[in-house]
Amino acid sequence: MRFDLSVIAQWVEPGARVLDLGCGAGVLLDHLTREKGVRGTGVEIDEEKASAAIAKGLTVLHGDIFAEIADYPDQSFDYVILSQTLQQVYEPARLIGEMLRVGRRGIVSFPNFAVWYNRLMFLLLGRAPVSRELPYEWYDTPNIRVIPIKDFRRFCRKKGFAVRREVTITTHHHEEEGRVVTFLPNLRASYGIYMLERFAER
Amino acid sequence: MSEYDVTSLVGGSVGRVEKRFATLAEPPHTLRLECGREIGPVTLAYETWGELSPEGDNCVLVCHALTGDSHAAGYYTSEDQKPGWWDIMIGPGKPIDTDRYFVVCSNVLGSCMGSTGPASIKPGTDEFWGMDFPIVTIGDMVEAQRLLLDNLGVKRLLSVVGGSVGGMQVLEWSVRYPERVASAIPLATTCEHSALAIAFNEVARQAIMADPAWNEGAYHGGPFPDYGLAVARMVGHVTYLSDEAMRRKFGRNLQDRCSLTYRFEPEFQVESYLRHQGRKFTERFDANTFLYLTKAADYFSLAQAWGGGSLTRAFSRAACRYLVASFTSDWLYPTYQSRAMVQAMKKNGLQVSFCEITADLGHDAFLLPSARLNSLITGFLTDTLARVREGGDAL
Repeated sequence: MRFDLSVIAQWVEPGARVLDLGCGAGVLLDHLTREKGVRGTGVEIDEEKASAAIAKGLTVLHGDIFAEIADYPDQSFDYVILSQTLQQVYEPARLIGEMLRVGRRGIVSFPNFAVWYNRLMFLLLGRAPVSRELPYEWYDTPNIRVIPIKDFRRFCRKKGFAVRREVTITTHHHEEEGRVVTFLPNLRASYGIYMLERFAER
Repeated sequence: MSEYDVTSLVGGSVGRVEKRFATLAEPPHTLRLECGREIGPVTLAYETWGELSPEGDNCVLVCHALTGDSHAAGYYTSEDQKPGWWDIMIGPGKPIDTDRYFVVCSNVLGSCMGSTGPASIKPGTDEFWGMDFPIVTIGDMVEAQRLLLDNLGVKRLLSVVGGSVGGMQVLEWSVRYPERVASAIPLATTCEHSALAIAFNEVARQAIMADPAWNEGAYHGGPFPDYGLAVARMVGHVTYLSDEAMRRKFGRNLQDRCSLTYRFEPEFQVESYLRHQGRKFTERFDANTFLYLTKAADYFSLAQAWGGGSLTRAFSRAACRYLVASFTSDWLYPTYQSRAMVQAMKKNGLQVSFCEITADLGHDAFLLPSARLNSLITGFLTDTLARVREGGDAL
């Protein structure tokens, strides 16, 4: 399993109720179900990926994240996970708000746009960064947002999302190895992973 | 039932199968129907494949659609041209794997395909029921299936699966008998008919009732209202296809001619196709039965029956896990209707998987080979059986 997913998996207690938004073919959900006995549901908009996940025996809804999350009553889950999808979401604040409505905690991960090699590429070549984490050209990218770790922290403060845990890591996309970065993460980390709660519940 | 020549994607054939008949609700018992009347004894035609496990935990009930029957898989004789209507799905190594599951398909109460209905003889007389037959509902059909399963010694279903009107029975099962259903697979179905679906059914019924031979339903002894029944089937058939499927299959092609005749003869291929389907249907189906079965489908409303009008409240009774699938080109039971049931299930904290399958073949897509549908059902049933065997709780 990808390193960033294994970090998320470590945060989830056995037997928890989990909603995985943008679950893809269900790698994380499958792991959590088999290894941790979670009761999980995934949401995936791509028919092929959603059906592949269902074919694994997972509970998955083929549909849009915003539409699917809206149906759940408050606090239906212990964790709502949004793994590497935030950069593709139109209304991130509303989505995280919804995540913290239906779930006790939200887990959000995204590629750090401010990582040094992105900066270098822009500075030296004057071109939009294309990296392992964000491998798209400006004209074909599904990623409508760029998210530096520093900006995400500001965003959480401003919107009232309490950061319960933060792990910044450097890893190659789709690789199982990686390490945690604590020194200058906004410059050195390729991913940020956050566990969020609502301020009100602190 | 399917008029498609289909080849299976995976697995083998169940081989020869025999239609059997169960007599239920025998005196002193009767079957009390939702309309208030009581009937009995009642006959249901059914077929089974595979073996019931010693624990009795591997039974899959297959529910057929409107004019289908118990013959879901295999062949009656070695000369049979076509296997049962869902042979692509049921068999050794197939998604509903007869090596692993005990599979039952019964003909519904009210049908003319071997069960008690308007086309059968009224007990104690030598007359056909005809329009004296009480109106039966989807709930009554499920009640009769429940009696059959009692007879077969099946206490709890691993899964109940069906498409279209069969899917209505699936939904009814899961809400009426939550303790007896571990999982449910409603395909290409709805919790209640839209005005559009009722409208088409009414046109079909009017076609039958406007046929002079219908004779208020007392046509036994002939002549039969074949013309009306054929038109009814033609109407139905149009709703089972899609714009795309019809365009590809027929376009505006002419049949057996190269120019227009300027007369009211069947000229376009689609016209002669529909006439052929209508004619073929009259050879195997009874007109009154068509009236009753379409009425049952129109009456079906899970929200009204179990939730006082609220679908969410209706599903609060359910305790199984669900796999819901719809098809993109199904305009009879469009995806929004499947999403509505999924929404109500979610609001009750039920475990539900949903997939909208891309298919341009319209409502009938669930009867046709689909690698996607196969993988969904295979994975869902495999996991459900594993869960049931682990802890007895499919959720």
